[in-house]
Amino acid sequence: MLRYSGFRLAYEALRGHRGWGPAWRKAAPKASYDVVIVGGGGHGLATAYYLAKNHGITDVAVIERGGIGLGNVGRNTTIIRSNYFSRENIRFYDFSLKLWEGLEADLNYNAMVSQRGALNLVHADGQRDLLARRANMMRLEGVDTELLDKVAVKRLVPLIDTENGRFPVLGGFLQRRGGTVRHDAVAWGYARAADARGVDIVEQCEVTGIRREGGAVAGVETTRGFVGARKVVLAVAGHSSRLAEMAGFRLPIETHVLQAFVSEGVKPLIDLVVTYGAGHFYISQSDKGGLVFGGALDGYNTYARRGSLPMVEDVLAAGVTLMPGLGRLRVLRQWGGAMDMSLDGNPIIAATPVTNLYLNGGWCYGGFKAIPAGGFTTAYLVATGAPHPLIAHFGLERFRDGRVIDERGVGPYAWAH
Amino acid sequence: MLRIPCPHCGVRDEIEFRYRGDASVRRPAGEAGMEAFLAHVYERANPAGWHLEWWQHAAGCRQVLKVRRHTVTHEIGAVGLPGDDLPLPEASA
Ligand SMILES: Cc1cc2nc3c(=O)[nH]c(=O)nc-3n(C[C@H](O)[C@H](O)[C@H](O)COP(=O)(O)OP(=O)(O)OC[C@H]3O[C@@H](n4cnc5c(N)ncnc54)[C@H](O)[C@@H]3O)c2cc1C
Ligand SMILES: [Zn+2]
Repeated sequence: MLRYSGFRLAYEALRGHRGWGPAWRKAAPKASYDVVIVGGGGHGLATAYYLAKNHGITDVAVIERGGIGLGNVGRNTTIIRSNYFSRENIRFYDFSLKLWEGLEADLNYNAMVSQRGALNLVHADGQRDLLARRANMMRLEGVDTELLDKVAVKRLVPLIDTENGRFPVLGGFLQRRGGTVRHDAVAWGYARAADARGVDIVEQCEVTGIRREGGAVAGVETTRGFVGARKVVLAVAGHSSRLAEMAGFRLPIETHVLQAFVSEGVKPLIDLVVTYGAGHFYISQSDKGGLVFGGALDGYNTYARRGSLPMVEDVLAAGVTLMPGLGRLRVLRQWGGAMDMSLDGNPIIAATPVTNLYLNGGWCYGGFKAIPAGGFTTAYLVATGAPHPLIAHFGLERFRDGRVIDERGVGPYAWAH
Repeated sequence: MLRIPCPHCGVRDEIEFRYRGDASVRRPAGEAGMEAFLAHVYERANPAGWHLEWWQHAAGCRQVLKVRRHTVTHEIGAVGLPGDDLPLPEASA
């Protein structure tokens, strides 16, 4: 692998940038592998990388139906944070945040990890109590968080209308280690680093069936032929149900769409991530200057990655209520991503009813921040056959055992999480 | 924008409705056992194709409707009352 460095950049600049070459090989599928990972998104690529790096398992293929980075890993609003409520979730997501902190050095790739801070706004006394409780849980786990009053919020983000009549801002809840990461770079960086360790990254190859022999997985049928495998991992974001059906079982998952938006580029306006709890809206500014924002799910099962107009109106209205100045900007682009919404709002990293078939899915709309930890723990599960302690609570049996992790207490309604 | 033909009110925009989930899910008999209840509460077919679902006309007649909708094209194939049997087309792709 060609190492990227300041010296290399200067050297290539002098040679007219002709020496770079592709970041990963275009691999054709072999007849069989130790491990086949279905889905070349963040979680699939990270799983491949950590399988090779941490467990020495390099006879691995990542099979992607489209191109690397075109799924949810390249469609999200790039927010990373670990401000969760349940102890298990704080530990898992903070482990991820720690991996983000060392990721660029580890991958030798600039993913533009930016710990600019993530601020949740408070609009009611009850909400403040709830967030204070969450902050205390985080502190008990040794994770950074601060409660801010209204004046401190206004100083941080002058654009916010703290006095708006309907949902005045009473304060905020800030995690300074939270922030954003250039999402495409995460996919490219993991793809390049996995490839360098011998992983085959097979693009334009769709998995159309899962072959089983006597209750165990034997490989996958693809548009480029059968590929045998001792173990198979499903990491297909919004399509886990489709792959589970190919393997003969059902999941506690529905597929829903979430939209995202980018405005025209402007000078620096917002230097952290802001979340508007009352109206469900969140916003940050990309390094190119565009404001990146989004809101709630469209609210019904769909595999169409376009999004509906009523939600466009809803998100824009919430944004303008929070920051009236946004009304002066134009929206440049809008898109949607089809996501696995699990019935308790939490991910599933687990063995499945089919022996040697593993699932990394159910990420809902929070799985980007989890990519390093998701890949790390999925690799551990596949290599050792046992769940890593950080994901013991993400097993499928939690639904049967009545130990669902319902952070918000809304019950088994995918669209309500 | 979905346009749902309510049998009581006529064609209305999706913003008048509230989604209520998969209408093919049936509550098992009381003695059906753990696995049947697990499937009932949590497991979903989640098809990429025709889907039977509940929509309440919340900002209209407030009735709950059964709707057959395609989850890829968003075409609405049929709308009925809760007790109606809306057959799914053979190929649900
Ligand atoms: C609009 C939006 C905003 C979001 N914002 C955030 C955020 O700010 N922070 C956060 O933490 N999370 C966010 N998320 C969630 C996050 O993007 C996802 O949870 C996460 O990216 C999912 O994992 P992935 O990266 O592996 O998925 P993907 O990148 O979608 O990877 C799955 C891959 O599987 C492939 N695939 C599917 N079926 C097959 C098949 N049959 N054969 C071969 N390949 C197949 C797909 O093509 C795809 O490339 C957001 C999501 C959306 C849609
Ligand atoms: Zn009506």
